[in-house]
Amino acid sequence: MPAKSGSNRRPETGAFFQRDRTWHPPALTPNYKTSVLRSPQKAPLSFDNTLSEIAGPVFGHAMLGELDADLIHNFARPGESAIGERIIVYGRVLDERGVGVPGALLEFWQANAGGRYRHKKDGYLAPLDPNFGGCGRAISGEDGGYAFRTVKPGPYPWPNGPNDWRPSHIHFSVFGHGFAQRLITQMYFEGDPLIWQCPIVRGIPDKAAIETLIATLDMQVTIPFDARAYKFDVVLRGRRSSLFENRLEGN
Amino acid sequence: MAQSLGRLRESPSQTAGPYVHIGLTPNFCGIGGVYPTDLGTTMVNDKTKGERIGLSIRVLDGTGTPLKDALIEIWQADADGLYNSPAELRGAADPNFLGWGRCPTDMDTGLCTFETIKPGRVPSSDGRLMAPHITLWIVARGINLGLHTRLYFSDEEKANAGDAILARIEHRVRVPTLIAERQGDTYVFDIHLQGEKETVFFDS
Repeated sequence: MPAKSGSNRRPETGAFFQRDRTWHPPALTPNYKTSVLRSPQKAPLSFDNTLSEIAGPVFGHAMLGELDADLIHNFARPGESAIGERIIVYGRVLDERGVGVPGALLEFWQANAGGRYRHKKDGYLAPLDPNFGGCGRAISGEDGGYAFRTVKPGPYPWPNGPNDWRPSHIHFSVFGHGFAQRLITQMYFEGDPLIWQCPIVRGIPDKAAIETLIATLDMQVTIPFDARAYKFDVVLRGRRSSLFENRLEGN
Repeated sequence: MAQSLGRLRESPSQTAGPYVHIGLTPNFCGIGGVYPTDLGTTMVNDKTKGERIGLSIRVLDGTGTPLKDALIEIWQADADGLYNSPAELRGAADPNFLGWGRCPTDMDTGLCTFETIKPGRVPSSDGRLMAPHITLWIVARGINLGLHTRLYFSDEEKANAGDAILARIEHRVRVPTLIAERQGDTYVFDIHLQGEKETVFFDS
């Protein structure tokens, strides 16, 4: 038996759509200084996907703990909770065909409400919240849907220019069905003026592309007297149908 | 106007940043109690079939300095060349081997080590067998889009010489950037982000 996909759908085996590298930030974005010595300069090697890129690991719902998608409580002492603006982040994992991607593992990490990360490399003077760790995870449902609860992260200054501030953001790591779909990105919040001043955001050349990383306030999903809600969809590479592929038997 | 294709565009990538550990390996950076273990730290158990090997990988920047805040994921076939994935239609892979691993580079040395097995050969899209290889994905602060590449094995000279992907590398002098050197049971592999020895990265 082939590995289970966490879905009743027939597994797809087509190659992924070519990645539009003009839509992503280029490797070298000099205003984000760390990219200068970490950006490859030679042309990448292009080839149509082989099974090594088309296949990918599957993570089952069984690995999830009860509080994995609740950053307000998953590091908090019993009976306590993280400090900050309570929010729900929800959306769908889709591919470029507009199809929901079920069984996708999403991992999230973020600063606390004051803009401080629980990490020894973060020396910002905003205090740690003893009840906030800053990580969470979820696996998308049959329609690609996911949701988690957290506090809104604060903006924070970072060593790049003399006075650069990151907009409030949540990091997303996403697995699709193939290893070539692997993606890390960041979610920003509607209305934050820091988005348009951030050298990391501005590495993305197209304003329309940046806008796809900005979550929208959704008052309909907001829970009265508890938490506001933000909607954020993630789009992974689409894939060809394998119906017409000229592949050898047993391949 | 003709019909719209109705496509979406892939979400643009953003760097994993310096605190990637919090999200992907929280136990490694001292955030305990949220997940029982970090995902991808153990790849093999007693029942996994295949030759046990170690991988010792570094990622070097344009000055030759190892990155101490990078994270590497690897993806590979089992000892028989089968992927543990729904997209694998040729048979059932070893149930004791997922084939996926994750490792942050050491915060002092920059070293990234995996205990795994040597993968079997997997066919390319034309049906010919590729040389044994492991797919790598590298993210870090300063890397705007995760980098894909492969690790091939120095003691597979004959298979490497017939590999369909290695054959596509126009500048043959760059082929060795994808070949890990065997030292005992460990393969040593340096990934150069820039410079004369820049690793061949993939757009696939």
